[in-house]
Amino acid sequence: MGIKGMKYEEFGDNESLELLKETGTNVLLTTIDDVINWGRKNSLWPLTFATSCCGIEMMQTGAPKHDFARFGMEVYRASPRQADVIVVAGTIVKKMAPVLKRLYDQMSEPKYVVAMGACTITGGPFYRDSYTIVRGVDLIIPVDVFVPGCPPRPQALLYGMLQLQRLIETQTIKSRKLRNASHNYE
Amino acid sequence: MDKIELGEFIKTLDSGFEIKEGKQFTEVTVPPSKLHSLASQLRENKETLFDFLVSVTGVDYGPDLGLIYHLRSTKYGHTVVIKSRTPDRENPQFDSVSDIWEAADLHEREAFDLLGIRFSNHPDLRRLFLNSSWGFPLRKDYVDDDIITW
Repeated sequence: MGIKGMKYEEFGDNESLELLKETGTNVLLTTIDDVINWGRKNSLWPLTFATSCCGIEMMQTGAPKHDFARFGMEVYRASPRQADVIVVAGTIVKKMAPVLKRLYDQMSEPKYVVAMGACTITGGPFYRDSYTIVRGVDLIIPVDVFVPGCPPRPQALLYGMLQLQRLIETQTIKSRKLRNASHNYE
Repeated sequence: MDKIELGEFIKTLDSGFEIKEGKQFTEVTVPPSKLHSLASQLRENKETLFDFLVSVTGVDYGPDLGLIYHLRSTKYGHTVVIKSRTPDRENPQFDSVSDIWEAADLHEREAFDLLGIRFSNHPDLRRLFLNSSWGFPLRKDYVDDDIITW
């Protein structure tokens, strides 16, 4: 276990994971799903996307001290077609919002979104009196994991990515399609 | 020249200007019609030689709109501040100083973009950051549905 992941007991939130395992999948996880999910969660390749200060913290999470290549996020892909997860690191302003939506649409399934930092959750420090920002990136794209902090420490971002890995473990191919259908962001 | 001497020198150029000694710099208040001539005199005069325009700042004073110019001289090292205001909010018009200092070009575009101050004789006056669907956000009477206040 050691360096490859966190133990089950060390996560702060296990109740929702258990709930997801019981109710989130309407087909029993088969061995094929287990193998596929194991492959997917251990090789999440992020898209190169950073707009603000959270981008620097994300770069630090990829730097040698808190390395997230240990957990499988080995390379950053510059092309959205080749990326699995987009870590939205930074403030999204109204000028940037269509660009982000276009990048998200260009990513190929299965794709996941991690909203990093306070700006992407609710607008952060710019919530009041700002005429340009989008108050929360979940107004534009569906988000899987929210990582709070301004900016979140590298350890916090790693915790968020590990939670995302546990989320992927519980999904079957069929439930993914249902989840996408339930978000009407078109 | 230090602050006091600068103030007296500028008074000799035109006695109509108000000179004020601020905490750091000498501040000169001019009406918009005399702005361009004062600026070019300050640049060319051998005793002042203000060849470095540090910034042009647009201000909304409430009823008035104004501009603040910070000028520095690279030879003598002194700094002066020029302030100018106009009560006209519908069509605030100032003379552009981009023919005297090139740096004013982008500063004036920013003042136009965010406050709506127009500059005559500007080589290319268009918006810098925002697109035309925004009004002029830094004005005090800017209204927008999206803004959430305290």
